[in-house]
Amino acid sequence: MTTMTLSRRGLSFWAQLVFTLLVCALLMAPVAMSMLAGVTANYFVGIKSGLTLRWVEEVWRLYADTIFLSLRIAFACLGCTLLLGVPAAYALARRQGAVARAVEELLMMPVAVPGLATALALIVTYGGVGDLRRSWLFILIGHVLFTLPFMVRAVLAVMTSIDLKTLEEGAASLGAGFARRFFSVVLPNCRSGILAGSLMVLTLSVGEFNLTWLLHTPMTKTLPVGLADSYASLRIEIGSAYTLVFFIMIVPSLILLQWLARHDRSAP
Amino acid sequence: MTDRFHLDAVPIRLESCGKTFPGGSRALEPLDLTIRGGETIVFLGPSGCGKTTTLRMIAGLESPDPGGRVWFGEEDVTALPIERRNVGMVFQSYALFPNMSVAENVAYGLKVRRVERADRERRVEEMLDLMHLGAFAGRRVDQLSGGQRQRVALARALVVRPRVLLLDEPLTALDAKLRDSLRLDIDRLLRGLGVTAVYVTHDQGEAMALGDRIVVMAKGRVAQIGTPRDIYHRPTDGFVADFIGAMNRVSGQAQSGALRLGRGAFPWSGPDGPVELLIRPEDIALAAEGEEDTHLDGLVAAAVFLGDRTRLVVETGDGPPLTVDAASRSGLARGDRVGLRLDPSRLLNLPQP
Repeated sequence: MTTMTLSRRGLSFWAQLVFTLLVCALLMAPVAMSMLAGVTANYFVGIKSGLTLRWVEEVWRLYADTIFLSLRIAFACLGCTLLLGVPAAYALARRQGAVARAVEELLMMPVAVPGLATALALIVTYGGVGDLRRSWLFILIGHVLFTLPFMVRAVLAVMTSIDLKTLEEGAASLGAGFARRFFSVVLPNCRSGILAGSLMVLTLSVGEFNLTWLLHTPMTKTLPVGLADSYASLRIEIGSAYTLVFFIMIVPSLILLQWLARHDRSAP
Repeated sequence: MTDRFHLDAVPIRLESCGKTFPGGSRALEPLDLTIRGGETIVFLGPSGCGKTTTLRMIAGLESPDPGGRVWFGEEDVTALPIERRNVGMVFQSYALFPNMSVAENVAYGLKVRRVERADRERRVEEMLDLMHLGAFAGRRVDQLSGGQRQRVALARALVVRPRVLLLDEPLTALDAKLRDSLRLDIDRLLRGLGVTAVYVTHDQGEAMALGDRIVVMAKGRVAQIGTPRDIYHRPTDGFVADFIGAMNRVSGQAQSGALRLGRGAFPWSGPDGPVELLIRPEDIALAAEGEEDTHLDGLVAAAVFLGDRTRLVVETGDGPPLTVDAASRSGLARGDRVGLRLDPSRLLNLPQP
């Protein structure tokens, strides 16, 4: 009986392992192929045509401005979500009422509504306001709308896990006014949530395509829009090299995100 | 050692301080109370009795309903928020800042008050030494035990030389042994510092040990204010009598100037009819069954050996069973028959809650 159970368990274990590896291979292969294609001299000839950085240079020449714009939007978006999201999370954490819970749910709406719909609504409503439609700020507005819920959620999760009210009362009893309490007690104790939210916002903003595709103009192309553009109209090697550049930007921040999450768990 | 930390003894006065929460529920009926400078006053009562609300009004974390006033000495502090009242506060959950070390926690109030660095460091060090925390100055708060955390919280509250020290169930989160030792520490501190202290607890043992006076509260009202001895020996109503210590109820019959209770008769001035009286376990003496001068006979239904004494539950066949203390070596056990002698001068006749 015992051996049977063991062998059955063993069988299902191996089956699961093989399945997992297969799925991984299935997911990883296109990524690896794409990255490889980006440094292959001629994709149709294959890898024997030699490796080159020519396509990466080409991408840089053609699309450097989209990379810089993406970075600019990502950091501006981070700034906005910090300024809006942290106080919003604080207010939601300190208020218990039904109104606060309703606001919390409403804040998630931009995630639930398809990006294209949000973008259309923005264009219909604000597209005619001055030069906004042509400015990169228009894309920024879309990104802030989309990423704000992630910042609020991340910060709120930490704020509700600590007894913020009593901590603040403790600081107040020692003579600290609101601003002092907020900066010396509230913010430092929510550091992990703010960090997690920040990385989330940066990553989401850099990779955002749905909204941006509708909101952009030829003068305000971001990295993912440029990527779609290059795949659609240029040699496959350039599109692939572009993917490579994208990875180089996004992977380190993902690793940092993981590392921070682990770091926070080990030190409560 | 505590002499150099001696604090000003500021009296506190509450003037018709009531509290109605939004939604209309009355947490506290309007209360008038004067706390003498340097006195330790304990608010004691079951949860929801208004004791914490009262403390929070003194702290400045809640404001009284319109018309209520809070005075610290000659100063009306009713409109001041907690950060401008110069109070020290100790919380049940410690409320230490996890982002700071022990020393940084203690230094926080001094930093807020812009105390010069050298002075600040000296005062923090002295306070940590006073609380036997010198070795922990650089530790993170989460590396301390509950008792150590609460000592840090006390140090943090006292280092700023508060006008009033407020303690909100500071021992409730600790286990029994730590609770006893920290209670002794707090007692020593409060006596040594001479600070006016307000202490909230639901534990009558803590209240008796620490309070110069105890305010017993129930359902948003003050049931009785008095010294621990007053409260224990001369409770003014049945609630206080039952809430503090163990209390027995015996019923007798009053008839033409005498109260008949079991076999005994005591002089009685009240009207005729049935009377319910209260008596503490230690005011009932044990004797052999049917012995002369005993008032009641009973059967030991339970005997709990407590070390220094044995607590007996005695069924008398008339009314609820009585709790009586027997000497540690008496050897009385379940099933034994005993005679009971009540001390007539200790019988209490109280209005029932």
